Amino acid sequence: MHPIFAAAILSAVSKPPSPPIRPRRVALFVTCLVDLFRPSVGFAAVKLLEEAGCAVEVPAAQVCCGQPAYNSGDRKTTRAIAAQVIDAFEGYDAVVAPSGSCGGMLSHHYPGLFDDDPAMKLKAENLAERSYELMAFLVDVLGVKKVTARYDGAVTYHDSCSGLRELGVKDQPRHLLGSVAGLTLREMKSPEVCCGFGGTFCVKYPEISNAMVGEKSADIAAAGASTLLAGDLGCLMNMAGKLQREGSAVQVRHVAEVLAGMGDLPAIGEPDSREPG
Amino acid sequence: MSESAATARSQILNSIRRALRRGEISGAERQAVEARLAAPPRGPAVARARLAQPEKVALFCQWAEANNATVARVGAAAVPAEIMAYLARNNLPTDVAMAPSPQLADYDWASQKMLRPRRGRGEASDQVAITGAFAAIAETGTLVMASGPEHPVTLNLLPDTHIVVLREADIVGGYEEVWERLRERYGKNRMPRTINTITGPSRTGDIEQTIELGAHGPRRMHIVVVRE
Amino acid sequence: MESTARDFKHNVDHALADPNLQDSLSKLKVGFSERRRQAAERLPEFEALRDRARDIKNHALANLDFYLEEFERKVLALGGHVHWAPTAADARRIIADLCLSVGARTVAKSKSMVAEEIALNEHLEAIGIAPIETDLGEYIIQLRHEPPSHIIAPAVHLTKDQVADTFLEHHAKLGFTKRLTERNDLVAEARHVLRQKFLDADVGLTGANFLVAETGSSMLITNEGNADLSNTLPRMHIVLASIEKVIPTLEDAAVLLRVLARSATGQESSAYTTLNTGPKRPGDLDGPEQYHVVILDNGRSNVLGTDMQDMLRCIRCGACMNHCPVYGAIGGHAYGWVYPGPIGAVLTPQLIGVEEAGNLPNASTFCGRCESVCPVRIPLPKLMRHWREREFERHLTPAAVRRGLALWSFIARRPRLYRGLTALANRILALFGRAEGRYRALPLASGWTRFRDFPAPPAGGTFHAQWTKSRSVKSPSAQRKP
Repeated sequence: MHPIFAAAILSAVSKPPSPPIRPRRVALFVTCLVDLFRPSVGFAAVKLLEEAGCAVEVPAAQVCCGQPAYNSGDRKTTRAIAAQVIDAFEGYDAVVAPSGSCGGMLSHHYPGLFDDDPAMKLKAENLAERSYELMAFLVDVLGVKKVTARYDGAVTYHDSCSGLRELGVKDQPRHLLGSVAGLTLREMKSPEVCCGFGGTFCVKYPEISNAMVGEKSADIAAAGASTLLAGDLGCLMNMAGKLQREGSAVQVRHVAEVLAGMGDLPAIGEPDSREPG
Repeated sequence: MSESAATARSQILNSIRRALRRGEISGAERQAVEARLAAPPRGPAVARARLAQPEKVALFCQWAEANNATVARVGAAAVPAEIMAYLARNNLPTDVAMAPSPQLADYDWASQKMLRPRRGRGEASDQVAITGAFAAIAETGTLVMASGPEHPVTLNLLPDTHIVVLREADIVGGYEEVWERLRERYGKNRMPRTINTITGPSRTGDIEQTIELGAHGPRRMHIVVVRE
Repeated sequence: MESTARDFKHNVDHALADPNLQDSLSKLKVGFSERRRQAAERLPEFEALRDRARDIKNHALANLDFYLEEFERKVLALGGHVHWAPTAADARRIIADLCLSVGARTVAKSKSMVAEEIALNEHLEAIGIAPIETDLGEYIIQLRHEPPSHIIAPAVHLTKDQVADTFLEHHAKLGFTKRLTERNDLVAEARHVLRQKFLDADVGLTGANFLVAETGSSMLITNEGNADLSNTLPRMHIVLASIEKVIPTLEDAAVLLRVLARSATGQESSAYTTLNTGPKRPGDLDGPEQYHVVILDNGRSNVLGTDMQDMLRCIRCGACMNHCPVYGAIGGHAYGWVYPGPIGAVLTPQLIGVEEAGNLPNASTFCGRCESVCPVRIPLPKLMRHWREREFERHLTPAAVRRGLALWSFIARRPRLYRGLTALANRILALFGRAEGRYRALPLASGWTRFRDFPAPPAGGTFHAQWTKSRSVKSPSAQRKP
């Protein structure tokens, strides 16, 4: 764990808050799904980071974190992609992703890829120490306590697996959502159970994935909220796709969009009535 | 050991050593594992297992009841009467199988004229068994039975109802104290043939994950805790 | 047992279409995990105990040969016997010979996953010895000729009504001609039938949860008491245990006991935890005359010292499957062999080959819930990923996946090409998805769209395209690398 991160957690639980250390130059790791399918999540992240006093940059050389190869057992390709990411994000105070899955890849899995290459391992560890998931970064590192957004209605929040179990993202988004005017949080019975996305899993084993997301959609319906939020676009697209196939009226959004006051955009999978840009 | 058995043995041991990239453990490493065996380190202390004796007794009773045993706390003189009353309350026969232990012999069984104890091992036809206990663990409400001529294992298992006479002084905090007592009583390298630790009556959750009591062992367990 | 792991996808279809199974699984998912959570919360030291449990098993594995020899020495000193079985066939032969040596006709068996692993029942039946499963769940599935579907709740896939039908079919000839409807009546009937079998059995065969090197004891944990009847009533007790079951001392056992029951069923303690050390002693009024321990390797020693070694820490509590959403969807039989769930996904390829069981480590979302509850902290997702890497290295990964991956990797390693292609894909998907906001079908994505709509991106281009545009207006230097 990064010392700043540890200090932030410690101070949150035991000591009076020390003045937050504010990394100035923050690089956004957009993630390939956000880039391709939901750019507004990236802009929401930039807005939240800038409002918290960061100078945000988006390195142009970034592509994907390499998870498709990593989870398919292709270590060689993963290493090549990781090297590319490490290079692209060198020198920034912090690297932030609006995704626990990609954030976890950078902060938890990259160093292990280079066990036989001490020089690269050092660089990977250096990146790992500077890499964060967006919600954890805002709350634990920057000490953000509230946002100015408004969102009218009841929402339910799904804990995406990597963020929750690798990075400890659980209370941070709920804490920030608590400051959104007009918003009430209605918890699911099992917000921590996987939605069945799992990257390539959802197309390699579609029947199992469907059973899992079917159960999730029942849990969402039982929560009685009109909006579903989460911090990972893969999970969100999976759940949105299932809810819409079932004819559900629940709107699906990335938590950053709501926190950044961008909750009036068409929800994921909803028609876009704005004029084409 | 036959030649093939010896081969099988060395095949496994050699395969382990090859995988661990070393020969037979020797030198300082061997001394370290031998020392660990000789003076076993304890795991993290469990606060619940480290109470003063009266609280230990109370905790034992609480967990035993939570695990579907019934508990009565009486003085030594009242033990036979309590057991008789329990049998009457539950409509149980007064022919009982009793452990042939000197500890149980101290109670005044003759005071209960109706009670007909048969001392010996448990038999398939036994309805009720009465035994003592080597120790009991407060942490989980667990009884510890050490097998031997004075405590046949069958008494713990075959009858429908198991009545256990437990002295307060034999209630300890956690497993570790039981191990210590066992080493003291039987010697470090000579465990009794069987140690049964028993927590409540026999049970199963194998049909629809719902607990039913009395799967194979006793359906009922009554613990008579004897006040000092 | 014959593996069907190769037919995993077929097994999955079957499982998803089985209403009784789905009904049972919906109970399992809530029940076990909730009880485990409460048990862990009741013990403040639980996490520290998990750390120690992991360390104890690691220590035992690092000194496995020493502790096995120590265990053997203690067993021999108290009049027991130890048999070493490098392979499943060796173990079957040793056990068969022991049974024949006392002229055994029936063997009372207490649930043992290792016995399932070596297909012991089939072997005993073939030589005319009847193995009788005495754990209620195992007994039910033995009557139905089914393999277990869970390592601690072997009949968890069945409903009460299915059990009632099975009992009526098999117990009618014993005089039980009424179809029962209540659980407690079913349990009582099985108790009655099995009690006689215990009394008649010549040999009692059990597994072992742990072998304690310090004392030469085998440790057995049950709730029913069936293992205890198996090791007390027959005149020969055979313990079948694999090499990684050995632990150093009783103090270590205390730590493992504290995490085992809580992780498995959420109990503070199982009803019966028994240490057996050698045969009946002089003066004892009961107990077996002979005590044998069969120590099985069956490929496990090959795992030591490799990046897969962590799997040998497993204490078979079943928490990983109780918390696995994939297991929760498909149950245990779909995994196709003895060990289901996440631990099965790492053990099975080791024991029967990754060619046969390659699907298992792939059928995971890596959600990590298994690792988060494992009492000995086995990094199960990491081990599954190792298998995927071995499959990839050995070209066992399906050709279509490899081709797709190769193409994707070619593009992903060329940022400018990647930008161009994603911009194009984004435009097309946005354009045609605009009216509906989503797709009900997409070429090449039927795995997704068979069950789910596919959200279309809004118009306006990729994030990177929009970002470049917006920032080039504000500051032309913003894109430069630091």
